[in-house]
This record gives sequence, C-alpha cells and structure tokens, in this order.
Amino acid sequence: MGRNVKVNVEYLTRVEGHGNIVVNVKNGKLEECRLDIVESPRFFEGMLLGRSIFEAQHITSRICGICACGHTLASIQAAEDAIGFIPSAQTTQLRKLLLHLENLDSHLLHIYLLVAPDLLGVKSFVPLIKTHNDVVRRALRMKKSCNDVCDILVGRHVHPISAIVGGFTKLPKKKDLDAMLVLLKLLRADMKPTIELAKTLVFPQFERDTEYVGLVNDTNEYPMLSGDLGSTDGLRMDKRDYRKITNEFIVPHSSAKHAKASRESYMVGALARINLNFDKLHPKAKAVAKAIGLKPITTNSFLNTAAQLVECVHSVEDSIRIIEEFKDKGVDYSQEIVVGLNENGAIKVNAGIGVGAVEVPRGILFHEYEVDKKGKIVNANCIIPTGQNCNNIEKDMQKLIPEVLDKKQEEITLLMEMLVRAYDPCISCSAHFLNVKYVNG
Amino acid sequence: MKKTKVAFFDFTCCEGCQLQIANMGEMLLDVLDLIEVVEFREVMSEKSNDYDVAIVEGSITTPHGVERIKKIRKTAKVLIAYGSCAAIGGINGMKNNFKLKDIREYVYQKDAKHFDTIPTRAVHQVVPVDYTVPGCPVYIPEFVQVLKAALSGLPYNVPDYSVCVECKLNENECMFDKGVTCLGPITRAGCNSWCINNGNICYGCRGMVSNPAVNGQKDILKKHKISLEWIENKMNMYNKARELGELKEDG
Repeated sequence: MGRNVKVNVEYLTRVEGHGNIVVNVKNGKLEECRLDIVESPRFFEGMLLGRSIFEAQHITSRICGICACGHTLASIQAAEDAIGFIPSAQTTQLRKLLLHLENLDSHLLHIYLLVAPDLLGVKSFVPLIKTHNDVVRRALRMKKSCNDVCDILVGRHVHPISAIVGGFTKLPKKKDLDAMLVLLKLLRADMKPTIELAKTLVFPQFERDTEYVGLVNDTNEYPMLSGDLGSTDGLRMDKRDYRKITNEFIVPHSSAKHAKASRESYMVGALARINLNFDKLHPKAKAVAKAIGLKPITTNSFLNTAAQLVECVHSVEDSIRIIEEFKDKGVDYSQEIVVGLNENGAIKVNAGIGVGAVEVPRGILFHEYEVDKKGKIVNANCIIPTGQNCNNIEKDMQKLIPEVLDKKQEEITLLMEMLVRAYDPCISCSAHFLNVKYVNG
Repeated sequence: MKKTKVAFFDFTCCEGCQLQIANMGEMLLDVLDLIEVVEFREVMSEKSNDYDVAIVEGSITTPHGVERIKKIRKTAKVLIAYGSCAAIGGINGMKNNFKLKDIREYVYQKDAKHFDTIPTRAVHQVVPVDYTVPGCPVYIPEFVQVLKAALSGLPYNVPDYSVCVECKLNENECMFDKGVTCLGPITRAGCNSWCINNGNICYGCRGMVSNPAVNGQKDILKKHKISLEWIENKMNMYNKARELGELKEDG
C-alpha cells in the first residue's frame, strides 16, 4: 500500500493575487494536482470596449500593481501598432530603460521578500528584521532606489504617469539624469552583497525538461521590448502570430485555460529568457550566472529565482549605459507631448489591429487591440505570462510529487508552495481572462 | 507600549496600493515599530483572526466578497478603505458602464455562467468605513497621515477642495490651456496634483468634491470649446460606482 497525501493550500501567500494548490495522492498514486485561480474576475477586455485607444494604457496598467509598467509598455506597443504610429528612437530608448526598472523592481521584491523567507526557513520577511536586519534594510533600500528612479522617469512605479501612446509627457532634465545615475550606482553597489547572499541559498533539486518561450532577435541585444517570438524547440514567428504560440485550450481537470506550443506545456519568464538568449546578457551578468552555476539550458524551475538575479545585474548595467548615453548626446525636449484623449488630434489615427509583445518580469506579455478610424477600441485581448505558465507549473508538480513522497506532509506542502512561488505567479493579472471554477461555500 | 494589531485584506484590485507599502523603503521599519502586522497575504504567510485595524484594498464585486467584508467589519475596531477601488469603486466601476450579462459573455463567452459577479461597489456602500485613503495608487504621505490618525483615534477628512488648488501651488500650466480636458477642477485634492506634475491629465481617481463649481466648469468647457461628453466619459472611469446606492440586505 502506498501512502495517502492531501495538500490543500487555500489562498497561497507571498504571491500576487489569489490561488489555491490542490494535490491528492491515494495509495501512492497521484490522483489530482492543480493550481486553481480564485481571483475575482475583473473584465478588463470588456471594460476597454468603446474607450479611446489613448486611455488603454491608463486602464490596463491597473490590471496589476506589480507589473504596471510592463502592462503599460505592452499596451502602448499594441496601441501604436494598431493606429499606425512609429515611436522615435529616443522614445524607444526611454521605454527600454523603463522596462529594465520594471524587471529590477519586481525581481528584487520576489527574490528578497517573497522567496528568501522560504530558503531561510521563516514565514515572511518580518522575523528577518530581527535576525537579518542588514539584509532586510538592503532589500527595502534597493526597492526604494528602483522606485525613486521610476518616480523621476515616469512619475511613479505603480501606475506610471508620463509613459503614454506617442511618447512621454515629461522628459528627464539633466539633473534628473544625474539623480537616476546616482541611484542606479547605489543599486549596483548593493547588487554585490545580494549576489553573495544568493550564493549561500540552496534551491531544491529538481529537473524537468520543457520548452522555453520568449522574444528572440538577430542582433546582439538581449531582447526585452521587441523581437520575434521564439522557443528552445526552434519555433520562430512574428509577434502578430502569438496565438500560434499560446494555443489556449481548456482541460477538464483544471479551472484555468492552459497554453502549449510544441510540447505538452511551456515556460516563460527569466529562466526561459536566459535559456534562449544567454549569450546576449551583459558580461557582468554572465559572470554572475557562472558564479551561481546557472547556464543554458537549465531545467530546474526553482532556479527561475536565480535567473531573475542574473537579469537584475543585466538591467542595472544596461540602465546605466542608457542614461550615460543620454548624458552624452542630450535629450531632445521638443519630443515632449501633450495628448490627453487626443482631443486636439496631436496624433494621427488609422483604423487597424495591433499587437504588443513585451518581456515583463514573469515572461512574455501580449496585448492586442482593434480600433476603428476614430480610435475607439472595438476588440481587446491580453494574454498574461502566469496564464501561459499555469500548465507548466502543474506538469512540474506532477513530476515532483512522486519524487518527494517519502517526505513529511508539511515538507511536501512547502515544496509545492515554493515551486509555484518560483514562477513568481501574478494571479491578479491572470484573473481577467482565466476560466475560474468557483466552488460553493 | 502594546502595538496595535493591523491586518491587510485585498478584494477586487491590482494590489498596487499594498505594494506602495513595500515601496516606502526603510521608513517601513519605523512604521513597523508602531504596529504589528498580523496578516498581509501578498508578503506574509502568517494569518490571523485577531486584529484591531483592518486595511482593506479593492472593491466589492462578488457575493463572496460581500460576506467576507462583513466578517472583517465584525472583527475590526477600525476599518480603513485603502485606495480608489475600496474608497470609490475605482477602475472596477467601469464594469457598471455595461450590462453585466453582456460584459461577462464578451470576456468569458460560453463559460460566463461560472463567473459570479455583482455591480462594483466601494467598501462604504457595503459596510461602514472609519477612514478613507483614496488614490490610484494611494499617495504614501497621505496614508501615513491616516495611519497616525487611526492609531491615535483622531479623525481624518479627505480634502474637499479640488486638485487645481494643489496644481496651482505647484505652478503647473493648466491642461485646458494646453488644449486637453482634465478632471482636476472636480476631483478631491490630497495627491499633490501627482499626474499633472508629470505632464498628464487628472483622471479623477480620488473621487469628486462634494460641491463642484458646476457653472465655473461649464464656462471653462465653453471657453475651450470642449463638449460635456469628454468630461462625462472620463468620470465614468473611476467614479461610476457612486451612482449605486448602498447594498441592501437582500442583495
């Protein structure tokens, strides 16, 4: 007789949004294994209907407080693609900077406040204030620095103000560039002890080969803001064909819409990006990857957190490069724009369909809008990284459980929680499109 | 001194206002000297049913949410509606611009029946609220002010004058003079005209002043040849839930 194990984690903590883990092992046989999404539905695609395309960024930023800048950038890209607007080189550079800040901010939150407590054996960062005061202070300081750079660039990190369709409503002055540089250099200094800490953390052993999906390109740039869609199984297509990658489908045992590309499931996020584009990382990031033993292709999903750390190094270095370039070449302030709802027709609008595909902290994010000739939204669709990862998370759980059945029930539960948390799931984001099964009572 | 027990709860929202707490930096540690956070699901695994102050983010949009907020109200001595979604319904209120059946079917098609939803309400439209921190997201200096008031039992009133007052003090050029509409004239101040300082317009996320200068606003619209439709359309973004009354016991 095998053993019986029941794991039922209601409202998984230290993730963004509401999700439950359900595992049921009977006589040593895995009968049920799910990640349920129980977030309240929010109807974002519906709310966008009839709104001006110039409001899309403001509204969809509110899908998620953690990846507000990511949604902003995907939304703007889709909107500009739909109305036929091509952003300037300066705008594109500033958007790349914003995306770095987004990834940094989110990764730091995840590494320090959401994952580290598990690896240090406590329930949250609060007990660490006493035992690891310098670590907590550093974490909060790094997060604050990142936020302060965002404040300067776009007004604030949670729901950015000045990044809109067409460009920026406020451009950084010389003193702003200097201030951002000071903060980023502080972050660079704090990255060193962060890496030292990471070297001491022990991640659970686990391997499961899967397909990794993300942006790819033919240049030397680590693709975040633009590129084609690609996978480690060799898929490559234009971003407008994103539905051919996501292939959303419904499975009877699960409450969430699942995605698959070439195989039964795929993974997006920092680990996927590193597996796809390792050679294009900043040399310092590559050196850190080497030091913590991360190389392509890594198939331990727990190491997504380590991949995030490597990306942090890359983002700090590339942000400093972008700002230094602006300091050298100067900012063209004639590009500062006043748009509002485009009442004054500052931006020409054509009817059309547009797609945004952007690498946000948790993986590739898609926004798609269709607008009429007046710029009113007639159709909208968003596909979120966590939604794409749900299927892969469950497949990981199905492989991991039989390998750890000899452990205590609490240990199994914690491992399952840690596995889901490693993906840094953003359930608020997912909830507006996932199929949610409501259990009464 | 015994620390006050504080719990954070989230309803339908993006959790960005909770994240603003983590964005306080090391100042957060000073705040944690004064309060004991007993539940904060976004960053803590600890859970508790014993708390004095409940800080509630998000609007009430499901029958389950109605039951949950009633339970929280029974336990908490002080309830703070935290962020626009909780304070005024916020962006979730845009759902109320549509027939619920239509919007459900548009987003979830044949699975729509699984998605139990009710018109979006602010927290005070379901249970009594003691303090309100509006804003999308909340403005941290205001939150700290409210927290201090709540801990010392003093009242806090959200300013009932318009964003324009703060905007003028910040010496911003008026958005109407730049040729675009702005909800600043009818929106409650307290955010230090955050969006206009950064070159964007006011979207009304803090709720409307109780006695807007309607005629003055009409004159401005006339002067700048802007139709009332633009303003109405924008008001339906954050302020739609105000049209609903309080939730009655029978639902």
